[in-house]
Amino acid sequence: MSVLVIAEHDNAHLNDATRAAVTAAKALGGDIHILVAGHNAGAVAQGAAQIDGVAKVLHADSEALDKRLAEAMEGVVLSLAEGYDALLTPASTSGKNFMPRIAAKLDVMQISDIIAVEAPDTFVRPVYAGNALQTVKSSDAKKVITVRPTTFEKAGDQGACAIETVDAGTPAAASRFVGEELSKSDRPELASAKIVVSGGRGVGSAENFAIIESLADTIGAAVGASRAAVDAGYVPNDYQVGQTGKVVAPDLYIAIGISGAIQHLAGMKDSKVIVAINKDEEAPIFSVADYGLVADLFTAVPEFEAALKG
Amino acid sequence: MKILVPVKRVVDYNVKVRVKPDQSDVDLANVKMSMNPFCEIAVEEAIRLKEKGLAEEIITVSIGPAQAQETLRTALAMGADRGILVQTDQTTEPLAVAKILAKVVEAEGPSLVILGKQAIDDDANQTGQMLAALLGWPQATFASEVKLDGEALEVTREIDGGLQTLAMSLPAIVTTDLRLNEPRYASLPNIMKAKKKPIDTKTPDDFGEDITPRLQVLKVSEPAKREAGIKVENVTQLVDKLKNEAGVL
Ligand SMILES: Cc1cc2nc3c(=O)[nH]c(=O)nc-3n(C[C@H](O)[C@H](O)[C@H](O)COP(=O)(O)OP(=O)(O)OC[C@H]3O[C@@H](n4cnc5c(N)ncnc54)[C@H](O)[C@@H]3O)c2cc1C
Ligand SMILES: Nc1ncnc2c1ncn2[C@@H]1O[C@H](COP(=O)(O)O)[C@@H](O)[C@H]1O
Repeated sequence: MSVLVIAEHDNAHLNDATRAAVTAAKALGGDIHILVAGHNAGAVAQGAAQIDGVAKVLHADSEALDKRLAEAMEGVVLSLAEGYDALLTPASTSGKNFMPRIAAKLDVMQISDIIAVEAPDTFVRPVYAGNALQTVKSSDAKKVITVRPTTFEKAGDQGACAIETVDAGTPAAASRFVGEELSKSDRPELASAKIVVSGGRGVGSAENFAIIESLADTIGAAVGASRAAVDAGYVPNDYQVGQTGKVVAPDLYIAIGISGAIQHLAGMKDSKVIVAINKDEEAPIFSVADYGLVADLFTAVPEFEAALKG
Repeated sequence: MKILVPVKRVVDYNVKVRVKPDQSDVDLANVKMSMNPFCEIAVEEAIRLKEKGLAEEIITVSIGPAQAQETLRTALAMGADRGILVQTDQTTEPLAVAKILAKVVEAEGPSLVILGKQAIDDDANQTGQMLAALLGWPQATFASEVKLDGEALEVTREIDGGLQTLAMSLPAIVTTDLRLNEPRYASLPNIMKAKKKPIDTKTPDDFGEDITPRLQVLKVSEPAKREAGIKVENVTQLVDKLKNEAGVL
């Protein structure tokens, strides 16, 4: 058995989600290799070589791999796939984008967003917005898997393994990177933060969102949001937590002015401690909250922040 | 130019599904079914491209049970021109769906296929990408803006860090995200008109595709329930609980 984990990174930093995928790979058993496909991502390859349990790092470098576009990723991963029994990558927007192309070319039904490995061919994954957990057994000879990072421990470090340069392959089709608009923030990354403070439609406007951000900064939290808050333009799209946004599982999740629709719960109900602040005592969010406060957020949140500062 | 829009019939997004006591599956008896919301966004985007004069015909296709016909009718009432029902009672996995869609593309020759990014039942998020790979086409997934100028397609995508813009030439695959548009409701006259629009019924066999599932579902279980929490009286009590009981602050 040999497993290839495809690293998540931005050419400068290895994303921690990769470490969760390595832990899932360990549960499959066998040799684990990591592919770092990128452009000028030597530092990422060196970081990946330190991950505990990894036998070898494969490093593919080309300009075409700079943004890890799906067509280029298909080219490089397919050229390596033959040597492996399983291919894994985190279920990030990047992994979700390229991995199914590889599965289709290998004639494999991908297993998306796994939360547990029961056996090398049997996995658990959430369906219906996390209202059901499906245990599936794959009959495909090769496994192609995306891993939900929040449910696997992050593998630690060890002494570095070898790094081998591999061919970047040929992109499967032509698409061109035009530009990007990335949210800049000094706050912790939403997907891996220890504390997340999220605001919903109840916050009322982009200006009012400063209340949420200020609380987050006081306690060193990341900021999240419901779909309604994103749709209304209070915050950028990458703040969305939920079934079709980001899945988070921090030690503390504070939901403010969020009703608790199943699509939102799907993205946060595995948090260790959940706090809800909502003026409607019937709001469904209270059914998952460890501590619920029925109050107007415009008085409760500043008071909360002051109490934590004081 | 033709646009193909695959639409899936799924449990309505307002329904909280329950697991059957024997853990064989979720219980969908007497549950409201609707078009997958991301597919509605896909149909809407195709209609807007047609309204701008950038497309001549919108073909919508669904792979599923006889009732998927209703889903196609909804797409036709919104403004699609004709439908194809690939009828089967088998579970439809993304790989099998993508293979059938690849054959439909071969037969119909669309330059653009717009799909939802995700079906809210299987939460797979695969079909569009698989279809792109099978056809050897470029893809723009999770689209929040689509600009078409002749053969040149420019798409803004929702990614983990923010937004990314890609350019590619047709033919191509687009999958929709929530912010792409707000789907229209079909008007009563359009619902009536849609009844007369043609729907062609086929089977997976007509396309020579074996759609036997590759994943055997061993069990469907309910996720662990959270223990009921408490309501605190005020902010002071909340802070106290978080510091001294939960130990998270
Ligand atoms: C296909 C699809 C995918 C979706 N994906 C997601 C997803 O990934 N993530 C997601 O979040 N949603 C998602 N949704 C949307 C989801 O169904 C809900 O519409 C959304 O989560 C509601 O957001 P909200 O709770 O902020 O707004 P609302 O439901 O409008 O709730 C606002 C809450 O604020 C409270 N409030 C108002 N004013 C105050 C005040 N002054 N003080 C205190 N409380 C106040 C109200 O009591 C209410 O409970 C999806 C929907 C669909 C159809
Ligand atoms: N059975 C189906 N019939 C038609 N389209 C489908 C079907 N299954 C998936 N799709 C399309 O693929 C998208 C993504 O589905 P999935 O990959 O299952 O999450 C959907 O939004 C549809 O556009």
